[in-house]
Amino acid sequence: MTLALMLEQLLNGVQFGLMLFLMSAGLTLVFGVMGLINLAHGSLYMIGAFLCAAVAGATGNFWLGLMAGIAAAAAAGALIEVVVIRRLYDRDHLDQVLATFALILILSEGVRMVFGPFPLYLNVPDMFRGTVNLGIVDYSLYRLALIGFGLAVAVGLWALIAKTRLGIRIRAGESDREMIAALGVNIRALYTVVFALGAALAGLAGALVGAIQSVQVGMGEPVLILAFVVIVIGGIGSIKGAMVGALLVGVIDTMGRFLLPRLFALFLDTSQAMGVGAALASMLIYLLMALILIFRPKGLFPANG
Amino acid sequence: MARRASPLMPRLAVSAVAIIVSTPRGGISTKGAGKLYFSPNLAQDCDQRSDNQGDGDKMKSFKHAALAATLAVGTVSMAQADTVSVGMITTLSGGGAGLGVDVRDGFQLALDMAGEHNIRLVVEDDAQRPELAVQIAERMIQSERVDILTGIIWSNLAMAVVPSAVAQDILYLSPNAGPSALAGANCHPNYFNVAWQNDMLHEGAGAYANELGYENTFIMAPNYPAGTDALNGFKRYYEGELAGELFTQVGQTDYAAELAQIRASGADSIFIFLPGGMGISFMRQYEQSGLDLPIVSAAFTFSQDMLPAVGAAALGVFNASQWSPDLDNDANQEFVAAFRAEFGRIPSLYASQGFDTANLILSAAAKADVSDRDAFRQALLEADFASVRGEFAWGPNQHPIQRVYIREVVEVDGEITNRIIGTAFEAHSDVHGENCNM
Amino acid sequence: MDNARKEWGLNAILALVLFAVPLWAWLANEPFIITLATRVAILAIAAVGLNIALGLGGMVSFGHALYLGLGGYVAGIAAHHAFNGTPVLGLAGTNQMLPIWAIAMLVSGAVAGVVGALSLRTSGIFFIMITLAFAQMGFFFALSWPAYGGEDGLPIFMRNQFPGMNTSRPWDLFVIAYGVLMVALLLFALLRGARFGAALMAIRQNPDRAAAVGISPFGIKLTAFVLSGMLTGLAGAMMADLTRFVSPAMMAWTMSGELIVIIILGGVGRLFGPVAGAAILVGFEVFFGGLTEHWKLWLGLVLLAVVLFARGGLIGLIAGRARHG
Repeated sequence: MTLALMLEQLLNGVQFGLMLFLMSAGLTLVFGVMGLINLAHGSLYMIGAFLCAAVAGATGNFWLGLMAGIAAAAAAGALIEVVVIRRLYDRDHLDQVLATFALILILSEGVRMVFGPFPLYLNVPDMFRGTVNLGIVDYSLYRLALIGFGLAVAVGLWALIAKTRLGIRIRAGESDREMIAALGVNIRALYTVVFALGAALAGLAGALVGAIQSVQVGMGEPVLILAFVVIVIGGIGSIKGAMVGALLVGVIDTMGRFLLPRLFALFLDTSQAMGVGAALASMLIYLLMALILIFRPKGLFPANG
Repeated sequence: MARRASPLMPRLAVSAVAIIVSTPRGGISTKGAGKLYFSPNLAQDCDQRSDNQGDGDKMKSFKHAALAATLAVGTVSMAQADTVSVGMITTLSGGGAGLGVDVRDGFQLALDMAGEHNIRLVVEDDAQRPELAVQIAERMIQSERVDILTGIIWSNLAMAVVPSAVAQDILYLSPNAGPSALAGANCHPNYFNVAWQNDMLHEGAGAYANELGYENTFIMAPNYPAGTDALNGFKRYYEGELAGELFTQVGQTDYAAELAQIRASGADSIFIFLPGGMGISFMRQYEQSGLDLPIVSAAFTFSQDMLPAVGAAALGVFNASQWSPDLDNDANQEFVAAFRAEFGRIPSLYASQGFDTANLILSAAAKADVSDRDAFRQALLEADFASVRGEFAWGPNQHPIQRVYIREVVEVDGEITNRIIGTAFEAHSDVHGENCNM
Repeated sequence: MDNARKEWGLNAILALVLFAVPLWAWLANEPFIITLATRVAILAIAAVGLNIALGLGGMVSFGHALYLGLGGYVAGIAAHHAFNGTPVLGLAGTNQMLPIWAIAMLVSGAVAGVVGALSLRTSGIFFIMITLAFAQMGFFFALSWPAYGGEDGLPIFMRNQFPGMNTSRPWDLFVIAYGVLMVALLLFALLRGARFGAALMAIRQNPDRAAAVGISPFGIKLTAFVLSGMLTGLAGAMMADLTRFVSPAMMAWTMSGELIVIIILGGVGRLFGPVAGAAILVGFEVFFGGLTEHWKLWLGLVLLAVVLFARGGLIGLIAGRARHG
């Protein structure tokens, strides 16, 4: 096991974590501001990926596709918010879970009706093809670009929330919903904007990841579950928590899958070690989540104190 | 609502059972549990749809749709007294859909080309999920009352469905999956594999890796029965060292971690078995990884269903196969031309296997009555059909004995496809047959 | 009172129809209908289990598929070892349903005890998420542990046996499942009517007041959660025998979602809610699945409509609001 291999796996973990952050940021914002559990967030990720693949395929331009993916996810988010989600803010979590579970069924089947049952494949944009030399290892330029994208969005999101009027309202909404309504902020519009913003981030993640993997119905759900793990670990409602949680989950998951089988190979035979190692590695982040919830029931960075 | 539940239940019988409709070509098409197949051939498709709708309403007046089905066949095709009901469980959605679609299209094409026949086909999508395949098989046996099951692409689904189906006296003809467990100790007189035993083509890849002079190969396959068989098959013939050995997840889409390990392993070559969407994702990421090692494989990872999506990255790869579109025999040339005319694409080996499976069933149905299972099995064993792979012979475990070719991925007239460049084995049979006592 | 009478009438009709339809199918030689009815009965048992935690105790467990899967794997593993004649943990495998059920309930009850004890430290969305996390652990463990098939699942070649019955016949298996369902419903009704049920519902409605009158919320809730897991585990063992197949998909989070959906479609906390919900879900899949490939879209729309406009589910729609919240 060389240093170069460790570094490459670490980068893979960070890249995975940052894509998880894009997913989690929207999820945690929506919960923090509106108190809503949105299981359909993975569907918005899927919509972003499909629209990006379709538009990029038709025009041959990845960036146009990316814009289309983000716009479609944001529009779908706004539409869902106005038609369905708005009615769920006052409901208990059970109703929210179910209604958004229903939305998953509707959106997945809807996308299947429009795009068919086959996966779509997106090409990596030309400027990010190939590899870049990082001293001891060649690393995929596109994956490196994903890390850059993720960090840029994180900074942008921080600036939006810390420095802009919208950000002030979002923060006010997190701490006291009735108060900002009383202060004359159009709370309905604010909610729609926040939801669409979260949806756009999910769509962005879907489109970016779609270019290296495949774009298919159901691609959003595994990521959704991981994003929930992220925000629960980080503390629901906290963007900072989502960032820390996403990096933790991304790196621990990647390194666990890579290192645990090797660890067990020290005292088991190879095939047994592969089996036990893989079994434990795939449970690792859920174990982490359960431990964190047991010892810090509100996550690492609880929002609102 | 509750009172309505009672009349609703009998109607289930109608909706769950296939309704049979005659097609303009005289073949029998089906409209069953809603997930059925319409040919992409548009003109025929429209005819079928309108026929289906017209007959569908009439059908609802029958209390037992199974009875209705029999009547429809009796009045429409009437040539043969006994219809063979074939249930096809295959993968028509998700990353593995390309394989299932090709098996289905090849099978349907054989029926269409046969013209008048007495095969009733019901197709359903298993979404590559074993638990769903088990449920579909149960419905096809209990409700559609099929005689023959076929169509399963994935070995793990075959392991879930086949043993219980053949025990219920259903014939199973595999157009693709050939897990070693079903070729050896668990072989069964009702189980026929028309494609290959899983190890077979990978053995060809292993033998050819020696010929290419590879000495330090990194080998990788998904963690399911066919993946294990693939690595075992390769290792059975490959004589060099292994730079590394990895199992990936079935349906995996991100191979960053595996690529890192290949890079660090110092391998001089790679052997992969990653069928369908897995192979597409891997090859696209491989192309971006900066790795440039030669790849040797079996036909699955470089089959026609994925070559258009993989693109130029696949050019020059050697892969072992029992069939190739350029294989020079009359049956194959006719098949490839008809498939291209019907579907507008080059057939994959999966399509060839579906085509052969249908023709095998047709040949047996012409000789024997399916309700006499012994006679029908005997007719299947005679294998009196023109296989597109050339000669076709059964081994003792009812798996084929066949020639294994080496193909190379090439570009011909702007299309990426495979071309035969050599032969790995003549009359190759699998090693598991000796454990089979039938 | 009137609503309560209507609900009892509806319950009687549901119980009768669930028996009469497969009986008709048996006479008409339509084994698949019997299989469907058996699936309804077994899903209903699982949902009755969840209804103890969710309906009576207000504990939204988003991980009950874990117990379904555990029960399923107990049945699958026992049958696997009985079939191969190999021991498991020093014991011989068995192909008898009754001991398998007992072990399935013990195992799932024990796991529910641990999960419940840890999860009940949290509440609200955190409870939903931590129960999901534990179920995901089980799912991924089953998925990647190779001994019992891993991702490929574990087939049961011969159904397990029940004294005096031939379980390979659909009708016999249905009668067993129906019998167990009725016992489970009786148990639920007794539990709800007993002091335990009253305490549980008191805690759900107002934990502080319950604590003030000397009810310990933690112990009562944990007991309910364990009972709930045990019943769902029993259903899992039966489900494995029905499909002759166990796979990690039984523990998938979508399965947990489906169990909740069943309860909501039928009516939360209602005695026969799970029966109505399971019948609707299976009926919907078979009936609309026969009409359109995209039946899940319609299921989603119906579910959405129920959540938004008919919160009492089918039973609430017909029998009106329940007496208790």
